[in-house]
Amino acid sequence: MGNFGVQFRRDLLVAIRGRTETANPIAFFVLALSLFVFAVGTDSETLPRVAPGVVWVVALFAAMLSTENLFHRDHDDGSLELMLLDSRPLFLGVLGKLLAHWCVSGLPVAILSPLAAVFINAPFEIITILVGTLLLGTPVLTLIGGIGAALTAGLGRGGLLLAVLVMPLYIPVLIFGSGACYRVLDGATVTGPVLWLIALLAGSITLAPFAIGAALRGSQEY
Amino acid sequence: MNQSLIEVNELTCTVADQILFDRLALTVVPGDVLELWGPNGSGKSTLLRCLAGLFEADGGVIKRAVGLLYMGHRPGLNELLSPFENLRWCAGLQERDVSPETLLSAIHYVGLDRYKDEPCRTLSAGQMRRAALARLCISKSRLWLLDEPMTSLDDDAVALVRDLIAKHRSAGGGCICATHIKLEFPQTRVLELGA
Amino acid sequence: MGSIKDVFHRMGSPRFFYQGSSLWVRGLYIGGTLGLIIGSFWGLALAPPDKYQGDSFRIMYIHVPSAHLAEMVYFACAVAGFVYVVWRMKMADVFIAAAAPVGAILTLLSLASGILWGMPTWGTGWVWDMRTTSVLVLLFLFFGLIALRQAIPRPDRAAYSVAILALVGVVNIPIIKYSVEWFTTLHQPASITFANEPTIETSMLWPLLVNTIGLYIFIAGVIVAAMRVGVLKREQATEWVRDITRSMQR
Repeated sequence: MGNFGVQFRRDLLVAIRGRTETANPIAFFVLALSLFVFAVGTDSETLPRVAPGVVWVVALFAAMLSTENLFHRDHDDGSLELMLLDSRPLFLGVLGKLLAHWCVSGLPVAILSPLAAVFINAPFEIITILVGTLLLGTPVLTLIGGIGAALTAGLGRGGLLLAVLVMPLYIPVLIFGSGACYRVLDGATVTGPVLWLIALLAGSITLAPFAIGAALRGSQEY
Repeated sequence: MNQSLIEVNELTCTVADQILFDRLALTVVPGDVLELWGPNGSGKSTLLRCLAGLFEADGGVIKRAVGLLYMGHRPGLNELLSPFENLRWCAGLQERDVSPETLLSAIHYVGLDRYKDEPCRTLSAGQMRRAALARLCISKSRLWLLDEPMTSLDDDAVALVRDLIAKHRSAGGGCICATHIKLEFPQTRVLELGA
Repeated sequence: MGSIKDVFHRMGSPRFFYQGSSLWVRGLYIGGTLGLIIGSFWGLALAPPDKYQGDSFRIMYIHVPSAHLAEMVYFACAVAGFVYVVWRMKMADVFIAAAAPVGAILTLLSLASGILWGMPTWGTGWVWDMRTTSVLVLLFLFFGLIALRQAIPRPDRAAYSVAILALVGVVNIPIIKYSVEWFTTLHQPASITFANEPTIETSMLWPLLVNTIGLYIFIAGVIVAAMRVGVLKREQATEWVRDITRSMQR
């Protein structure tokens, strides 16, 4: 498996060592959800109706905010140089890093989402599809976010810039993800959007690491 | 027999409208140590980064025959991981199976036995450099590119670097080293930049 | 073969571009303005009013060309990005740097005219229909190109990163468009239909065509002019640019 395993193990270890920082996206997820409830109100008509969309948007923000750290520290401490020195393609190493990152950002959010759904009074029938679409969609968010993180690596605090670069590219994931949930609410079939999410996942797994690798090679040239 | 480890021709690099080097040529063969001298900002680091492939020069040809080791200003150590874990990761990057004993003896060699399991953020600047030096001990690369390896090192550690480079060259390796402290090896060559 | 390579090489030379393009700008401006005047006059005064929308449809003569041009400018940026990533041609980057703000302005123009058109026609300024939404996303993509360049201090590094971003964006455009289409068919309110659209009369179409071509030429002129400024800025340390500034000061 080459660098895939090496990077995956290392980044997971780093995430476990930096527990508090790792927990931030999850804390953000819960906090932002409750903010939404405070803003929208607990009206039993509105809240269940907006719930799937709100959970999806908040999950998307959590994913985006956490990708900022993906290459930042490695750039600052010089680890990134060592990765790039290796003349072998970056593809697998990058994929390993992203998988480790997803395991501590997207995956916990997807696992927590049933709780979150109950928390904001989402209808019960959407819970399965919510978890399913988040499991399919958050890796795509991580992969696309990785491109933005690689492009802004070494630019100091690039948080808002990252958002500007990445959010337009998140739109399809959001549409199909929350769209599938609403289809369940409306009693329609969800095959279409779910297949689309799978296609997006397959496409981004094959293409995003190339873009990330190219962007990282460029990030060294300051 | 005397195959060169790196051969550079016509290397030209401009940064911020300032010409750092113009049609520079250099060759390193096994056993060579090339020192880069020059004042701050004369392009020593940039040259090393070009040679390592981390920086794209404006023109010129760089022919590298072999794998290389690069040690820059930044130590390449994650501050949450211990020196041992960092070294293991670094060996793994090159898909090499280095036994834990070898890693531990490298850490012993740079004098960090007591700190091998401490997170790197507890180390001092000099200890960080020592932890980075451990990479030289396990290196199988024949060409070393070292950027100011003596920075913030005490006398013992400076002797250690000399020792490592001496061993490396006698084993048929080559080394390009940007430095302010002369290495004082027999037959080192010197390239002065910004002159 | 050799001569093609030679032309390619010279096209990539900022100096050659600067010296060769001074006449083009004027030509493109004149041609473009002429096209726009003819097309607009034709469209605004001569073309018959629409059966359903009356005269308000005439804003289409600004709206449609600017939306179309904005998209084309993004595609051109992506092509230039490809050229830069593969061949490191400096002029490709100068093109992206010049074209991105122009593209952003075109999307803004298209959105603004769309809102003005929507008011009398749909009774609301903003409708999340497929085309409006795609143009909005396009505006975001242009913002990204501009913001990333601003954020990176070193020009060649910025060039490379922006080129990659343009390529990533262009891969995503069809996907975004499809998803937005899917989204709008899901949420489309029934009151809005485009009944008269497929059967647009040719007498209405001709001025649109003329205006579109005119805008193409005009925008080409704007971009070339902006590229000339970009070239001077990039090459300000070189002798030939110093010669120009010296001769201007005299």
